[in-house]
Amino acid sequence: MNIKDYIASGILELYVAGSLSEKENEEVYNTIQENPELLAEVESIEKAIVQLTAATKKDASYSFSSIKNQLKVNEPKVISITKPKTNWSQYIGWVAAIILGSTLILSVLQNNKLKEQIATEKQQLESKIDSASTNLAAAEKLIEIFRDKDIITIPLAGQKVSPTSYAKVYWDKKTNSIYLDAKGLPEPPKGKVYQVWSLKLSPLTPTSLGTLDTFTADTNKIFTIENANQSEAFGITLEPAGGSASPTLEQLYTLGAVSS
Amino acid sequence: MINQDQLILQFQQKDVKAYEKLYNMYCDSISGVVNNIVKNDDVTQEITQDVFIKAWNNAESYSAKKGRFFTWILNIARNAAIDYTRSKKFKQSKQNLNSDFFVDILETSSSLDSTTNTIGLKKFVTNLGEKCKSVIELIYFKGFTQKEASEELNMPIGTIKTRNRTCIGELRSMLGV
Repeated sequence: MNIKDYIASGILELYVAGSLSEKENEEVYNTIQENPELLAEVESIEKAIVQLTAATKKDASYSFSSIKNQLKVNEPKVISITKPKTNWSQYIGWVAAIILGSTLILSVLQNNKLKEQIATEKQQLESKIDSASTNLAAAEKLIEIFRDKDIITIPLAGQKVSPTSYAKVYWDKKTNSIYLDAKGLPEPPKGKVYQVWSLKLSPLTPTSLGTLDTFTADTNKIFTIENANQSEAFGITLEPAGGSASPTLEQLYTLGAVSS
Repeated sequence: MINQDQLILQFQQKDVKAYEKLYNMYCDSISGVVNNIVKNDDVTQEITQDVFIKAWNNAESYSAKKGRFFTWILNIARNAAIDYTRSKKFKQSKQNLNSDFFVDILETSSSLDSTTNTIGLKKFVTNLGEKCKSVIELIYFKGFTQKEASEELNMPIGTIKTRNRTCIGELRSMLGV
């Protein structure tokens, strides 16, 4: 290749301008490597272009320091410059850790408290369900009894002392027992109890079936009482605590005859 | 004088001092090219700084096989400046533009800085033929490829090459390089 012709072609000027294709660039590069005298020509062209373009700048030169700080370098000096920043973020980190830690402890404590509360509530609920199912069983048993066709129902009406009182006796002759529903009776005064009587009418013969000692405590006011008598009527009187041998008729609250 | 290849190698190894030397060699040239495209002092400074930061960050992508270091950074600069001219910001400020060619900038330039050749260059471009002006404008300032310049100026590629060679030859003899 004739070097003079190559230079005269003007390709080196375009090479400096960046107007050649990638392939042409590489060809020029290789040619320069093979012909070192071309490098001087290229450098000279470049120098001229640098001066020409530099003449079209408006301001004074921009100093290198204006970009120096923005260059990412792996120098230890740079680390020392940013050190305060690191400390600060470390400080924030510790504060965050403490806040996080104490929040964690607090929430654990609160969690335990809640767990205890839940356990208590659970227990209460369980006992409620327990008693409810017991009550239900009792109620079901009562319904069963009331529906039994062999059971005789005797309503006891309120008497002079307490006209609004009432009661009901369900008499199961097969098992010789009565179920007394005493819900319609008022609370007995202190020191007094209700006493249940089985009566024969002619002549009037009362037989005590016992006192309702648990009247106040019993919530459904249904009492199961043994009764093997050939009762013709049932009555309830208010008697002194412990009961009486014979009924105090002035304190007869309710009375009802067995319909034959 | 330190071998430039060595300087570039050091720059690629993130040597700030080596980069400072390269920066001082080309900063004025780059800001001149950017100024010729965006024609706004503040924007020129911003883009020029961005160009040198970008070159630093992409140092490893430069390869001598692809061209001169100056050409590499010149390309980054022209692309950054042209990108800006396509932005909204530029279009809004376009009415303030008054000159189109590097020649106009040189001729109207009032700065008489330390560059001894500025006055000589001013005189030189004033006397430069129109054909030289447009070829230099497109090839060096606007970054046209030889093919694009040939189409723009309606000249065969061979003519562009030789004409450009002649124009740069005049410039070199004026500058004594």
